[in-house]
Parts: sequence; structure tokens; C-alpha cells
Amino acid sequence: MSASAVTDTGRSESAWATFRRGVSLSPELKAGLAGTLGLALIAMIGRAAVPVAVQQGIDRGLGGQNGPDMGVIATIVGITALILVVTTACGYFMMRRLFTVSETALANIRVRTFRHIHDLSMLHQQSERRGTMVSRVTSDVDSITQFIQWGGVILMVNGGQLVVTTIVMAFYSWQLTLVVLAAFLPAVIVIRAFQKRLSGAYAENRRRIGVMLGAISESVVGASVIRAYGVSQRSGAKLSETIDDYQQAQRRAMRISVTSFSTGEIAAALALASVVLVGVRLGIAGQITLGEMTAFLFLVTLFIQPVQIATEVLNEAQNAVAGWRRLLDVVDLKPDVADPAENGVHLPDGPLDISFERVSFSYPVDGEPGPRVLHEVHLDIPAKTRVAVVGETGSGKTTFAKLLTRLMDPSEGRVLLSGTPLTDVRFASLRSRVVMVPQDGFLFDATVAENVRFARPDLTDVELEQAFTDLGLLDWVQGLAHGLDTPVGERGEALSVGERQLVALARAYVADPDLLVLDEATSAVDPATEVRLQRTLDAVTRGRTTVAIAHRLSTAQSADEVIVVDKGVVIQRGPHDQLLTAPDSTYAKLYASWLEQTR
Amino acid sequence: MWRGIRDEPRLFAVAVVGSCLFGALVIGQAKVIGWLVEALVVPSTTGGDVTAGVMVLGASVLIAMGLGRVLAIFGRRLGAGFMQFALQAKYRHEVTRRYLQLPVSWHQRHATGTLLSNANSDVEAAWFPVAPLPFAVGTVFMLIVSVTVLFAVDWALALVGLVVFPVLFVMNVVFSRRMAPRQAHAQHMRAEVAAIAHESFDGALVVKTMGREDLETRRFAQRAGELRDALISVGRLRGLFDPLMESLPFLGTLLALLVGAWRMKQGAIEFEQLVQVTFLFTVLAFPVRAIGWVLGDLPRSVAGWDRVEHVLQATGQMPYGTAALPGSGAAELSFRNVDFAYEPAQPVLHDVTFTVPAGRTVALVGPTGSGKSTIATLAARLLDPDQGQVALDGADVRGLSSASLAATAALVPQIAFVFDDTVRGNVALDRPGVDDDRVHDALATAQADTFVARLPEHLDTQLGERGTSLSGGQRQRLTLARALAGQPRLLVLDDATSAVDPRVEARILASLRGSVQTTTILVVAYRRATIALADEVVYIESGRVVATGTHERLLATVSGYADLVTAYEKAEEERERERVYDADAAVAAEEEEVAA
Repeated sequence: MSASAVTDTGRSESAWATFRRGVSLSPELKAGLAGTLGLALIAMIGRAAVPVAVQQGIDRGLGGQNGPDMGVIATIVGITALILVVTTACGYFMMRRLFTVSETALANIRVRTFRHIHDLSMLHQQSERRGTMVSRVTSDVDSITQFIQWGGVILMVNGGQLVVTTIVMAFYSWQLTLVVLAAFLPAVIVIRAFQKRLSGAYAENRRRIGVMLGAISESVVGASVIRAYGVSQRSGAKLSETIDDYQQAQRRAMRISVTSFSTGEIAAALALASVVLVGVRLGIAGQITLGEMTAFLFLVTLFIQPVQIATEVLNEAQNAVAGWRRLLDVVDLKPDVADPAENGVHLPDGPLDISFERVSFSYPVDGEPGPRVLHEVHLDIPAKTRVAVVGETGSGKTTFAKLLTRLMDPSEGRVLLSGTPLTDVRFASLRSRVVMVPQDGFLFDATVAENVRFARPDLTDVELEQAFTDLGLLDWVQGLAHGLDTPVGERGEALSVGERQLVALARAYVADPDLLVLDEATSAVDPATEVRLQRTLDAVTRGRTTVAIAHRLSTAQSADEVIVVDKGVVIQRGPHDQLLTAPDSTYAKLYASWLEQTR
Repeated sequence: MWRGIRDEPRLFAVAVVGSCLFGALVIGQAKVIGWLVEALVVPSTTGGDVTAGVMVLGASVLIAMGLGRVLAIFGRRLGAGFMQFALQAKYRHEVTRRYLQLPVSWHQRHATGTLLSNANSDVEAAWFPVAPLPFAVGTVFMLIVSVTVLFAVDWALALVGLVVFPVLFVMNVVFSRRMAPRQAHAQHMRAEVAAIAHESFDGALVVKTMGREDLETRRFAQRAGELRDALISVGRLRGLFDPLMESLPFLGTLLALLVGAWRMKQGAIEFEQLVQVTFLFTVLAFPVRAIGWVLGDLPRSVAGWDRVEHVLQATGQMPYGTAALPGSGAAELSFRNVDFAYEPAQPVLHDVTFTVPAGRTVALVGPTGSGKSTIATLAARLLDPDQGQVALDGADVRGLSSASLAATAALVPQIAFVFDDTVRGNVALDRPGVDDDRVHDALATAQADTFVARLPEHLDTQLGERGTSLSGGQRQRLTLARALAGQPRLLVLDDATSAVDPRVEARILASLRGSVQTTTILVVAYRRATIALADEVVYIESGRVVATGTHERLLATVSGYADLVTAYEKAEEERERERVYDADAAVAAEEEEVAA
């Protein structure tokens, strides 16, 4: 089951539902909400103050017999100005609070999503494009941030302005208020219909950004291959297509958004015209004063503006909601290899033994179980044994290692360490006792020392040096440009592949596990170093259980026991010498070709 | 900004015309309202005559103006939006094209996450203010017209406008000045957060196997927290500015009311003129802020643009030549006194000289970290030497064209890179002359035909990003097939079968041996069988060529070489000795026991 399939099917969840789901996941958003809303309410009143002042001014100050009464006008203007100052201050405090609360909440959800992606199983992680995962914790959150800093406030203030304006309008003339509402009603319905289409358009936008980022990242990571094969034209064409696709999607969303916005504009014109027509009749009937009528014309404008802006902001909101939804979809994704956490147990102390009980595994293909790569593997490995797992490429060796370290769970059967089913073991206990060195010795963009400390942050310099001494690698480390402080570059690329594996090995060694799983961990190291390492590893791993996946049979020779896997089945096991006694066995053949290559 | 207008002048013109039309209609509306108050509202509320004709005319004018505004909005927004998108796409094209052109050494110096955000969010930020720009231009036009209209009405009211509007401008400028560093900092933090996320997800397997999720989350949380603080600081300034910008035009309206009433008392203006002017201030309140948007986003835009420009102006010191290598068949590779360092003062290769004669196979042997991969990379001209020369058939590789170089030399790197494409796409790479037959042959030679045949759609199977659906050994064989499919005249194998098990590797070597007639091979190797394939061995240590010669000769004369290639045998002998010793000891112990 691919995670992207889950997020992209785009359940047609309403924006409101997403919003509620989002708020329930970030309860911090509700902190001090009442205060913020209160301030917003006061800030809104400022919006209606000026039209009221105009009405008051006209009816009380200008309409006098002796022309305008400057005293009255000055009083009205003074009071209104004071109100404006107060409401402006409230606006400031409201925004301060809102930004602080929302940014804090979003930073938290950003971190939680980041953590959650790490908690997803390896299979999930691999099925997602890397660029897509990154955009979950970057651009998706940014789109919400941007919306809140730009639109959220506007939406809040304008929503309130709409309410306040409507109340003031109704106070002056309920008939005209009905006329305005009637003029806007059709527009509201049409705009809602557009919102649905827009939401789809923005979802498509986001999807295409993901594809585009994937393509960019491929061309950056694969730069040397692209250059070596002189195929930059080809990669460029592919990339261009994704960029253009995204532009197309942006344009489409824009067209819908503008059309929707225009609907509001037409409604505004209709409302203004109707107010004039109906207002004049009301004026003739003596039901409205000159000041009230003039104020109404202002108020209609104040009514139109927020509706317009709200449409605008709602469009932006669609984008933010799309980002939020994708974020939530990731957070909601249940890790299929879950940490039992508090419900789990700790592994028993001391060396660990391993048992596989009728374990089968098949990688999922499009959400369905694919062909089996392991068939009912049933075996026990006593504690403190050094085991080598060998077999042809694709025989299921690496799958075996991944099940043993619980990077994946078996499709059938179970894996136990010292009698405890792996699924019951807390990750905290599992990961500190069981360490795997994967084939690709991934290093972080830091120094050699920092990479090794990744396994044990409290390691002192002396201990660090001791670790390299134990492994017989001190000479090598000291030969590096800056010794332990040599920066390894992005993904460790400043070191050779073999050197990266040495650092990865040291990292696993200092973790001091009781079960060490090596997945072809020294495949790129030269034979002399490998043999030396093998010997020192034998010494330092004595007393713990070691499982080494290897195609260099030198590893198998020195192991206590060799397990031969073929097509997902364990076909032979026993010490190296004993396995060789059957000359036609798979192992004997593997060994023969190994000898042929190395002698 | 000017660059944007120069790049997309037509869309910009459409947007500006739309925006100005919009501005004119807004001012027109204020005049019409003033007129309607005079012609309809005043008479109606004071018992005067109101004709139906004027009413219908007024309503029609208002609706016609509404329709005009719709038209203007379409022009302004679509013009501005399309312009923004077109510019974003254009510069994304340019930045990514640059990525593809820049040499490997440049890529090695830049983090993937940074390059991603250069092409994505920096380009986006650079062109962000383009969208409200036409609106802002239209607003400036609107303000000029407004002030003119105000002067036509009354000089005192015009003075109010001349006070209010410049204050708006000054506030905008002050705001953008203060916002600039905060925005730049936030943008910088955004990139940092992205870089951490990228690296952490890249190394997800290590994080998982080491159980360091907490540590990584803390590392990420720290940066996310700094980004949060940066965004809050941006938000606070905006929180101060926005309400001020909103209430200022309202204060202007009040001022207009006050001054207007005074002028009316003096008999200088009529009532409807006062209404018109106050209405104008009300409707201008919103558009004036568009100027603020442009100015407010300008700093972020400039910061984004600076980073984009850094990429666009990056110069690779590795331009291709124009020469095409003549001849066909195997090519001769030679290194002449090559020095190389990734970092200044940390040389990796010193004075490396050797030749791989045409059609011959040379094995490059040396301990881990001795510079083998660097030599392989130089041979394919992914890097250039600091000193000395790498030559193909005697021609300096720096003089060769990209096409000629790619057709001549193929490097199979240690770490297989698989494109998000089909098997066919990955092997053929759409190179001319690489048809399905060649793809099949290459897959067969690389021993990849069997597993490809088992894939659900064979050659048409999509492999996914980085080919994660394949095993390490399968990926290596696929990339080997990619190199073979181009029938290169020089094949450089950088430990390219490290993840392939011995039996499969033996088959690969056998079929290579059968088909290498027209290819020169430089192979980085440890295994005897691979070395046996070679006519000659170049043995290096710490970036220097220690010895060159046949395997037998080096085995006999160079102790470092002998130690390296016979490591397994020696280890086995030693184990054998230990076993004998252990057995002897056990026997002795037993005897002792018996004796006791």
C-alpha cells in the first residue's frame, strides 16, 4: 500500500471538516481564542464607525437651518476618531495574539508530522517520493502559515465587518437591508459552487508541485549520471514538462478564482443599483432620512468589500486547506509497524537468541500482497552465535534482516527475540539492543565524530577514539584530512563509499547492541581492511549475537554457522566446513565460484 | 521586477490597463454616487421631484459600471496571475537547466535541499510581488486622478488628500524597510528547515535502525522553533502595520467630513460634493493597500531573487569543447601527471600517470580511500584534474564535445542511480541507436535479463523514484546494462558489482569477456577474478601510483598489493592454523585431564 495513493485519492472532504480535523489535532489553536475573538469584535466596530459618523454628521450637523453646525460636526468627528484609535489598538493586539498562537501551533504540527513520517514503516517511506515527504513539513505548512498571516485575519475581521454592517444597516432600514441581502444571495450560491471546483484545482496544483519537486530532486541527485551519459537534454525535457504542467494547473485555478470573484462584483453593482431605486421610493414615502440614505450607500460599499475580500481569501483558503488536508492525511496514516510504547515490554537482559516461527513475507504491490519472498522460514539461532546469511541476489537475505530488526512485520508467522515476540517490544528497548548496519552507509552532513555520536550522543572524545582503536581503524581515521573532525559532506559524499561504510560500522559499534545485524556492511571495503575488520569485529562482538548478510563468503567462513537462503527458503544451515562436505549443495557451488573469483 | 516586466510585457500591459480601468471606474462610481445623491436622494427625502427616467438611468449606469469592473478585474487579475506563473515557470526552467549544465564539482558543494528550494520557493518568492504589482500601478494612477478630482472640487479637500495619501506612502516605505531583514531571516530559516527534513528523510533507514527518531525530531524542532519565532516576528510587524493602514483612510474620511462641513458653511462646496469626496476616501481605503503588498513582499522577493541569481550566474569551470573524437572501436585512455584535490591543500591524487591501451583491460587496485573512485570519475570527465591531463586517443578530454565524450566513455558508478522511469527508459536513455535489441543484449550481458523478464511489465515496468523497488544488486546490474547499451569505446567500472553475489558476478564477467572486443576497460576491483580479467594492474596507495604491471609481477614484487589481493587466503590459512592450534590445545587439555 503506497502512502501517496492514500493521500492522493483526495477524499472529497469539505474544507470545514478539514478545518475541524486540523483544529482537533492542534488544540493549541484554541488557546486564548475567546480573548482574540473579543478583540476582533472591538476591532470590527471601527469599520462601521465612519458611516455612522457620516449619517450623524449629515442629519445633525449639516442639515441645520443656518448651514453646517461646526460644533456638532467636530464632536462627532472627535468621538469617531477616538473610537478608531481604540479599535486600531485592539486590531494590533488581536493580530499579535493570533499570529503567536497560530505559528506556535503550526510549528508543533510541523514537528509532529516530521516525527510521524519517521514513525511510518520503511515500506511507507520508500513508497513516497522523498520530495513529497519534505513538502509535507515545508510547503504544506507554509501554505497554512501564509494563509493565516495574510488571509486568516482578513477573513475574521471581514466576517465580523459583515455582521456589524448588516446590524447597522438593519437599524437604519430593514427594507434596504433585505434588498442588499437579496442581491447577494444568488452570488453566494454561485460562489459556493466555484469553491468546490477551486478546491479540486488547488489539490491538483499541490500534486503537480510534488511531481515537479521529485523531478528536480532527481536531476540534482543524479547530476553525475546525467552528465556522464550526456543525457541532460532528456532529463531537462522531462523536468520542463513537470514545470509546464504545474503552470497549467496554476492558470486553471486562477481562471476559476477570477470568475468566482467577478460574480461578487456583479452582485455589488446590483445591490448598489437596487438600493438607489428602493431607497428613493422609501425617501419619498418619508421612511428614511437623507443622512441615513447616504450612510447606507457607504454601508453597502462596506458590505461589498468584505464579501469581495472574503471570496478572495476563501480562494486562498482552499490552497491552505489543501495543504492542511495533505498534512493531516499523513498524520492520520497509521504506522503499520507500530511502536507498542507503554504497552510494550523490554527485551530481557543479556545476549539475545532469535527464533523465526513460520515466517512468510510478501512485499505489497499496489496495496495487494505481491509474490512471497520468504516462505515459512522456521529457525532458531542461539544467543552469542555469529551467523552468516548467504544466498543469491534476490533470495530474501535482506528481507530476513529487515524482519529481524522489525523494519517490517511478517505477513505470516512471528519473530521472537529471547522468547519475546518483536511486535510486543518497545522501540526504545528494541532499537537500543538491536542495531542494523544497512548496506548503504548513509552519513549525515557533519563530521566523522558527529556521525558516530549519532548512535550515542554522550560519547566522549576519548571513548570515540577508543572505539576506532577497537575496530583497528584509528590509523585510517587519523589519516583523514582533519581526523575525527573531518566533514563527511552531504550523504557522506566527501568520503569514498568504503570509508562511509567504515564510519557506519563504527556508529553501530558504539551503539553497543546485543544483536548486531550487518547487511553487506563492508561490501565496498578492500579485502585487506575487510579481513582486518572481520577479525576485530569477531573480537568485539564476542558475547553478542551477530547476523551478517554477506555475499563475500569470507564472512561466512569465519561465522559459527552459515544459513543458506534460496528463493525465500532456508535450504542449508551449519558451520562452513560441514556445509562444504556436500559437494553438490548450493553452498558448495556458491563457495566454488567465490574461490574462483578470489584466488 | 523590471526584468519581469521586460520578460512578459504583454501580460503586464493587459494587467495594468485592467487595473487602471478599474481605478477609473472606482472614481467614476464616487462621482455617480455624488450625482445620484443630488439628483435623487436629496429631492426624495426633502419632498422634491424625482423622475423615473433618472432613476432608471442611475441604476443602469451603476450596473454598467459593475460590468466594466468585471472586465477590468479579468484583465488585471488574469494578466497579473498569468504573468506571475509565466515568470515562475521561466525561471524554474532556467534554474533547472543550469543545474543540468553545472559540473559535478559544483553539485558536490551544494546541498540538495538548498538546490530544491532555489528552484521552488526562491523562484516563487522572487516573483511573488508581481501579482499585486499591476494593481499597485493602477492604484497610483487612481490616486493621481483622485487628487486631480479633489482639486477640481475644492482646494481645501484636496489638501486633505495631499496629507493622507503621502502619509500612506511614507508608512508603507517605513514598513517595508523594517520588514526586509525579518522576511529575509524567515526565508533563510525556511530553507534550513527544508534542508534538515530532506537529509533526515534521506537517512530515514539509519534513523530508524538506530532508534534516533527522538534526536532527529529534536534537531528538527529546534529549527522549526527558530522559523516559528521568525514568522511571529514578521507577523507582529504586520499586526502593527495592517490596522494602521486600515484606519488611516477612515481618519481621512473623518477629516474630509470636518473640512467639508467647514467649506460648506463658507459656501465653497455643495452637499453632494461633500458626499462624493467622503465616498472617494472610503473606496480608496482598500486599493491603497495593494501598494503596501508590493512593498511588503519586495524584500522577500529580492532575497529570493538573489539566491536564484546565484545559481544562474554560477559558472562551471568545466565547459565542453567542440572536438569530436575521430575513429571507432576501442579508445586509449591515458592519465598524464594528474593531480587532484576536492578541497584545496588536501590532495587526493598526486602525479598519477598510466595508460590503458586501446582494447585492453586495466584493473585499478588499492586500499579503501586511496583515490580509485576519483580516478574513475576523472576518466569519465565528471571532474577535471588540477594539474596534468586526462586523454582519450591522445586528445585532452577537455577539448571534446559533450556528445562525443558521452558516446566514447561510460562510467558505471559504485552507487547505482536509477531514474524514475521504465526499465527501457533507464537502459536506453533515449540515446540514438539504442533500440530494444541493444537493450536486450545489454541486459543479458549484465545478467539482468532474468529479473527484468520476471517484472510485471518487463521493459515497460516503472521502477519508481531511485528504483527503490529493486534490490541493490539488481540496480547495479541495471546501470551496468545502461553503460553497455551505449556500446562505449571506454568502459569505466567503479566497483560496479559490489552488491552482486559471486555466482552472478562470475557470469557477468564471463559475458563481458565474451563481448569486450571493441572496448577498453578500466575496472576498479578487489576480486581476483575481476583482476584476472585485466591485462595489467595499476596499484595505487594514498593517491599515488605505486606500481604498474601484470598481476603476477605485482604479486611477486609489491607487498602492499600482495597483502590486499591475498587477504582472504591468508585469513583462511590463519583460521586453519588457529583451528589446528585450538584442536591441539584441546587434545593437550584432554590428555592433561586424563593424566591427572
